[in-house]
Amino acid sequence: MLRIEGLSAWHGEAQVLRDVDLFVERGEVVTLCGRNGAGKTTLLRCVMGLHGNQTGAVHLDGDDITARKVHQRARRGLGWVPDDRGAYATLTVAEHLTLPPVVGPAPWSLEQVHEAFPALYTRRASPATKLSGGEQQMLALARVLRMGATVLLCDEPTEGLSPLLVQQVGEILRRAKALGVTVLLVEQNIHFATTVADRHYLLAEGRIVGHFDNTDIHSREADLLAHLGI
Amino acid sequence: MGFLTQTFNGLVGGSFYALLALGLAVIFGMLRVVNFAHGAFYMLGAFGAYVLLAEAGISFWWALLAVPVVLGLLGILLERTLIRRLSALDPLYNFLLTFGLTLMLQDVVKSRYGSQSNPYGAPAGLRGTVDLGLFDFPAYRVFVFGVAVLLCVGVWWLLTRTRVGTVVRAATERPELTRALGIDVGRWIAPVFGFGVALAALAGVLAAPMRAVNPLMGADLIIGVFAVVVIGGLGSVFGSVAAGFGIGLLQAWSEAYGPGLLAQTLIFLVMALVLLFRPAGLFGREELPT
Repeated sequence: MLRIEGLSAWHGEAQVLRDVDLFVERGEVVTLCGRNGAGKTTLLRCVMGLHGNQTGAVHLDGDDITARKVHQRARRGLGWVPDDRGAYATLTVAEHLTLPPVVGPAPWSLEQVHEAFPALYTRRASPATKLSGGEQQMLALARVLRMGATVLLCDEPTEGLSPLLVQQVGEILRRAKALGVTVLLVEQNIHFATTVADRHYLLAEGRIVGHFDNTDIHSREADLLAHLGI
Repeated sequence: MGFLTQTFNGLVGGSFYALLALGLAVIFGMLRVVNFAHGAFYMLGAFGAYVLLAEAGISFWWALLAVPVVLGLLGILLERTLIRRLSALDPLYNFLLTFGLTLMLQDVVKSRYGSQSNPYGAPAGLRGTVDLGLFDFPAYRVFVFGVAVLLCVGVWWLLTRTRVGTVVRAATERPELTRALGIDVGRWIAPVFGFGVALAALAGVLAAPMRAVNPLMGADLIIGVFAVVVIGGLGSVFGSVAAGFGIGLLQAWSEAYGPGLLAQTLIFLVMALVLLFRPAGLFGREELPT
């Protein structure tokens, strides 16, 4: 499981995360919602070790990984799906899938990846930046599944995708969850969030201001939407 | 057949540009360091061959193998002990460091061997000319061109067809993302620097029988190499090689057929034009803001 304790982070002088505590149980899908600038992306980057200016602790499966370097965290099972989809212009689609090392006990085979994402097979020799936005998103997800990452950190994987592709992302996340993968999902789309996630944290101005499960998220929808500013 | 001779001369001159620019491009891509000591390593390569022969009777062929390896290891040591310490700072610090190292290396060599040029003969097997069908050409120059083409193709193969190459390309393009995908980018930095230095040293050994072996031979060449790297696109491996051979050709042709002033200034004219119309270089890509 993933546990974050007392996490604070700064961008220069500005504090962007304030004493955040959250946890995600093994095999659970948890969303982190909040408006733009609430600190969601920074939080994922802190977990990955990519944000320099931070205090607090990150625990993975009971071990404190706060002092671990970025690549060591990935090798412990963290799979980062960045908000810009993380495509390289100088690598082919096939190279994206084989670049990262296998880090978990149950990596997807290339056959499984190609069966789940047929477009990645037909476009395997293309530079990844030539793929459509949706295909790039699928590639970012396929890449961490291929690594066998046990905890996925997904930063708005549905942003800018057509409803059909959003559904497909949902299917992939549910399939990963069924295989015991833990997911911390940054998501603005509450409706989509309730179809894949078990619990939801609401982040506003760098603080956790709400915690819902799927049953009370509907009763507190007004509260939630006010915070999201929709 | 004067034109074909000039063309081949241009390709041979371009071979040195290409080999040096290739090393600079690989180093810049991975480290974001413009290695101003690159010319000094080229000079040390030539002196390495000269000293091995003069002091120990070691032949060109052994020098061609040993000198790049030794200087490449020295490059690794340099990265580990000095360059790495400055990586978090403004790139200007590494410019100052490598520029200072250049001056030191030049003066050390000058104090030991003087500033005159030292003779170094072509290896026994490559002294005559070869008949290339249309014209005769000095065998050694044909050899230099052949080695340069082989090395450029070899590096291209390494970068595009091997696991190490994929990692280097990924780390060059997006170092942060590559680390987040579980790759220890830092582990590859010193070897890549050493590899670039070894290429410069090898170019130096190749230059010894053709060009004057003296402490300033690197400084004379490296300004042109920087222009080549800018023309090709900073950090673009293919661009550096293409621009290296292209500039070699243009220089040979302008020396043979143009006014004297043109040959010396041509490379910088081309660079100025490229900077005006394609600031990222002919084959370069605009850097993404990080």
